[in-house]
Amino acid sequence: MSRLTDERVVTAKEIIARFPRKKSALIPLLHLAQEQDGYVAQDAMVHIAELLDLAPAEVYGTASFYEMFKFHPVGKYCINICTNISCQLVGAWNLLHHAEERLGIKSGGTTEDGLFTIEDVECIAACTEAPALQVNYRYRYKVTPESFDALITELESGKLSGEVPPHGTLAAVRQATTEAWSNRGVEEQAQVDAR
Amino acid sequence: MSVPTGPKVITSRFELADGHTYAGYVRTGGYVSLRKAVSSMTPQQVHDEVKAAEIQGRGGAGFPAGTKWGFLPAGVHPRYLVINGDESEPGTYKDRLLMERDPHQLIEGIVIACYALNASQAFLYVRGEMAHAQERLAQALNDAYANNMVGKNICGSSFSVDVTLTWGAGAYIVGEETALIESLEGERGMPRLKPPFFPAVKGLYMQPTIVNNVETLANVPYIVGKGGSDFKSIGAPTSTGMRMFAVSGHVNKPGVFEVPNGVTTFRMLFEAPEYCGGIRNGGSIKAFIPGGASAMWFFPEHLDMALDKPTVDKAGSMLGSGAIVAMDQTTDMVAACWRIVRFFARESCGKCTPCREGTTWLERVLKRMLDGHGRAEDIDLLFEVSESISPGIAWPPRQTTICPLGPSAVSPIASAVRRFRHEFEHYIEHGRPIDGVESPFATHLVSHS
Repeated sequence: MSRLTDERVVTAKEIIARFPRKKSALIPLLHLAQEQDGYVAQDAMVHIAELLDLAPAEVYGTASFYEMFKFHPVGKYCINICTNISCQLVGAWNLLHHAEERLGIKSGGTTEDGLFTIEDVECIAACTEAPALQVNYRYRYKVTPESFDALITELESGKLSGEVPPHGTLAAVRQATTEAWSNRGVEEQAQVDAR
Repeated sequence: MSVPTGPKVITSRFELADGHTYAGYVRTGGYVSLRKAVSSMTPQQVHDEVKAAEIQGRGGAGFPAGTKWGFLPAGVHPRYLVINGDESEPGTYKDRLLMERDPHQLIEGIVIACYALNASQAFLYVRGEMAHAQERLAQALNDAYANNMVGKNICGSSFSVDVTLTWGAGAYIVGEETALIESLEGERGMPRLKPPFFPAVKGLYMQPTIVNNVETLANVPYIVGKGGSDFKSIGAPTSTGMRMFAVSGHVNKPGVFEVPNGVTTFRMLFEAPEYCGGIRNGGSIKAFIPGGASAMWFFPEHLDMALDKPTVDKAGSMLGSGAIVAMDQTTDMVAACWRIVRFFARESCGKCTPCREGTTWLERVLKRMLDGHGRAEDIDLLFEVSESISPGIAWPPRQTTICPLGPSAVSPIASAVRRFRHEFEHYIEHGRPIDGVESPFATHLVSHS
């Protein structure tokens, strides 16, 4: 849909400056685009290519490898239900089945109102809290059909909007580039590249 | 049952409300080791302490960290430290806790390691799905920079280093060190061939690079503070220090525990009241995974084995990433085997044919058994395909591929089919599990693949 906003271009340039080579900023910039639109829009990829001196195809080539990047709009809330071994052992498939019935969609689908997408995903590192899920990468532990329904109700009512930002937003805090930044690695790599 | 105990080495701040903040960290002895290292030790002395600690890498391979640090060629700069926080081996849950609950401990370990290695820059690569860990680390790094613990002239010394925080976007394979480096360079996360691309020689941007796991580096402040010999005196001489294990599955109290390495047994973790407090519903262990989805499974006869690297290696499996999964007598072994194989099939990067094709075949054959369409020849077919991925189906697995992902998919087949062949045959004949076993799909036929 859209290119990166001016404000995000400033952030993008800060990120680029933290790596010895521009292309290393590609995945962080794709996250920036997904944060802006909820998915990685084509125009945003063209814009990222311009910022990193790459061809748009190189940007898409990398982006398409990674599961988290979506190339079409998904639900405002992506609910990722883990079905890997530790969760399977304690009822993950029943939970997924319940979620599908409750929302009237299959895994991978999005509700008609654009609010929810569900996916069955691989291990999310919450094995001792199984069955576990993430809503926009925020954890919910030991989920039962009842607590799943309560979660949906809370999300629908907007009660969790402070805790769970719309899909695409990961950390609320960014690394800052400060005066204490030494730039040593970047300078040493530039010397190697110049040889 | 009495269990061996030891000091809290890396989980000491987990219960503190402010253990993740700069103030809380400093109040509880944080950054003392870094100050000590940069003000009174040479990089070689720091390296020597880590060598003396004999700490085995906590990421999966268990390679001694001090030895690994020694692989950097002398005089070649820039050189980089890459921290692998891409925790995603099924069953593994400890690096995320270390990043969320004690981010400064990790940062201190990183900066000390950079000092020992004379690294030009460090890259902290966190798993993309871990938003909370990313947030905690970003805040901690900002505070560490503001307090002169990272950046220019650290603690007033002449040593400077930057730590760049970044994260992935969903790909298990990026936990493999050369794939992680590719990802850091903005590429698809596909592993590089070793040789020639041993990271210590040709790593990030083709420069010497050390890749260490989060838990490994979180131990470094303790090692430098108390000394390598103190660390080595904890646990067993063959598996030193304290170590984190996540125990999940069919136990009463699943949990993540920091235990003396090399002396604690699997039975203690499953049964002792201070750990998991027994198998659920008073049941018994049918099988367990000792070290993540890639490991060969263990059975009741292995329960009294100590979690000691050489012992477990010799018994034909591995401690891997400290991921222990308990399966009780009601577990459907065909479904368990399928789920792990499906994981590898989904996560294969597609670079090598035996892995890309082989894992997909294995998954399809197992799925048709579960769906009630198994064929008489399917068990032989599973072994035939496994042979093509990893000839001999032995441990450690032989590799026909660039990285160990494909061969790892053979472990659940070799473990489950060899031990529980009758369960697979029953599925083929009757289209359902044997009596007394619960299908995980009781209300839901497998439809997602």
